[in-house]
Amino acid sequence: MAERPIAFWRVPEVRAVIYQASALAALAALLAFLAYTAIDNLQKQNIATGFAFLWKESAFDIGETLIPYSPLNSYGRALLVGFLNTLKVAGLGIVLTVVLGTLLGIARLSRNGLVAGLAAGYVELIRNVPVLLQLFFWYALFRNLPGPVEALQPVSGVFLCNRGLMLPFPLLGTPELWVLASLPVIIGLWWWASRRTGARRELRGREGPGAWLVHLILPAGLLLVSLAVGASWHLDVPVLQGRNFRGGASLSPEFGTLLFGLVIYTGAFVAEIVRAGILSVDQGQIEAAKSIGLKGSHILRLVVLPQALRVIIPPLTSQMLNLTKNSSLAVAVGYPDLVSVANTTLNQTGQAIEGITIIMIVYLAFSLLTSAFMNWYNRRRTLRTSWRR
Amino acid sequence: MRRVTALVFIIVLAMVCSSFAGETFEAVKKRGQLIAGVNTGAPGFSMPDSQGNWSGLDVDVARAIATALLGDPTKVKFVPLTSQQRFTALQSGEVDVLCRQTTVTLSRDTSLGFEFAPVVYYDGQGIMVPADMGVKSARQLDNHTICMLPGTTTERNVADYFRSNGMKFKPVLIESKDELLNTFVAGRCDGITSDASTLAGMRAVTADPAKYVILPELISKEPLATAVRQGDPQWKDLVYWTVMALIEAEDLGITSKNVDEMLKSDDPNVQRFLGVTPGNGQALGVDEKWAYNIIKKIGNYAEIFDRNLGPSTPMKLDRNLNKLYKQGGLLYSPPFK
Repeated sequence: MAERPIAFWRVPEVRAVIYQASALAALAALLAFLAYTAIDNLQKQNIATGFAFLWKESAFDIGETLIPYSPLNSYGRALLVGFLNTLKVAGLGIVLTVVLGTLLGIARLSRNGLVAGLAAGYVELIRNVPVLLQLFFWYALFRNLPGPVEALQPVSGVFLCNRGLMLPFPLLGTPELWVLASLPVIIGLWWWASRRTGARRELRGREGPGAWLVHLILPAGLLLVSLAVGASWHLDVPVLQGRNFRGGASLSPEFGTLLFGLVIYTGAFVAEIVRAGILSVDQGQIEAAKSIGLKGSHILRLVVLPQALRVIIPPLTSQMLNLTKNSSLAVAVGYPDLVSVANTTLNQTGQAIEGITIIMIVYLAFSLLTSAFMNWYNRRRTLRTSWRR
Repeated sequence: MRRVTALVFIIVLAMVCSSFAGETFEAVKKRGQLIAGVNTGAPGFSMPDSQGNWSGLDVDVARAIATALLGDPTKVKFVPLTSQQRFTALQSGEVDVLCRQTTVTLSRDTSLGFEFAPVVYYDGQGIMVPADMGVKSARQLDNHTICMLPGTTTERNVADYFRSNGMKFKPVLIESKDELLNTFVAGRCDGITSDASTLAGMRAVTADPAKYVILPELISKEPLATAVRQGDPQWKDLVYWTVMALIEAEDLGITSKNVDEMLKSDDPNVQRFLGVTPGNGQALGVDEKWAYNIIKKIGNYAEIFDRNLGPSTPMKLDRNLNKLYKQGGLLYSPPFK
């Protein structure tokens, strides 16, 4: 008996494709409908659409900027200033969080009862208080420092007051910028040289004569380049002018609050992740390490942490993304981050949809880049002989 | 589908409009009570006390309107409205009149379906500083730090002001009003900027109000007016002339204390104003004694100002622009003829 051909809609694979395609088409149609309706309504109400406003004069000022900015600049530049401010707090925050979290996570597993207890108390307290409240707490602390005229001066030229922490900072002229630009080359040279001496050590089992010279590459290189281009590295000391400090580098109370608050909050979560990672390393590994006579710090650094990292990195990535996204609480404590600047922009231009779109795209791109980097790092850390041959 | 929605919207709008056109005046009269939209809590403008009795400049204007039409200042129901709610509340007919610190602007006048009655308070954005800083003018604030709420025209006005005077400043933007005030009081910023009347309200709730001064410069125009719906000229006229009556009484020197003596005045302007010579009341469709009642029961503009905002109140505001034209202010009433 000849088999009857099966109708194509009865083939499960074909049906699956049809279902998925129609679901996708419905989603696309819905999005198109929403976009069309929004544009149509905005036009009816005579509300401007499009991103032309990015080139218009902003006419508002921003408290702290990494690049030169004035109210004469465009909205686009204002948003860039806000983005760089977000990047500054998130980038620095991520580094400090990882350091703090790792130390705390190790401390929680310490055999010293006091250290372990303090770390446990810290984690439980900080994890269970909303981060916004913590930010208000830190801000209340920082803004109640003495005023600018009565500023604390722990070291000459360093000022601490309710306007922030002011530090002397080198004046960056063209020659100084040239030195900074040459830094990657010098570091590359140093890295290459230390790899070569390392390889030689492995080959011969001992260091060659003058191997220590490698460590002079960085300072000597910087000195040589500085002399070559005539960089003076003259220190710019902050001076009180009016009731604000001019010159030098400054960290505002708002930046300090946000950085402190986010690092301390996220650090508690990272501590738990690190602890879980360390506990996931088989006890036998540690016993084996002990049996070959490794000392405690070496066991941690050479045996436990490399293996723990495989467990730690994926959840650590999501904590980094959390910290970045939480940095948008900045507006509560007056730090001019991307969201704060974009809020002002969309209020002045009335272009809320465009403003929110920019915020979303920036956070999305930042999060995707962070997680792409962390995934790459994670793949490097996984065992080469994993189940995935 | 969108056509159907649009049709429904137009029908509803038409129904709403027709049910109010020319009828607010009659509706209030029939109801025997005025429904006024006021601020949820602005010291000196509209503020309920612990017993729920409202007081303030906006509240007194609403009471004056009720007095003009109904002869009784207590026949007002106050509906507290946030700044987001206020326009819809008036548009939908939930309130008869809006006495809620609303700045008159061209776009509001043209796009919201309102008519603005006269300005009851000429406000403007000001800057408040600690008194011990010794600053007497905003021009002395070069290189200072100024705190403000984000997302309003405040930021722009202050940036414009400093720029046009060739000065620099550092803004600190804080989202919540309480947190903003705390930050200023802690000394994080040298100045705080907002509408001058709002600053006075903030100052009134600090531990020691005498420690702060509002600088004389106003860096923006914020004329605060009452508003009514379009389409009832009789109602708009009544609200308009009620506010004018407060100003005219001050101009004529009539107060709640001397109003009975003034009934005997020989001045024809006073006689017409107080209804001794009839005509104005009939023209407005109210009792001939309407202006007399307002002044007797509420007082003239000066009395209202002094009671709610003046130097003897926690607000400690100067009359500034809100003086009579004779004294260099902006208050001016057309003749009551």
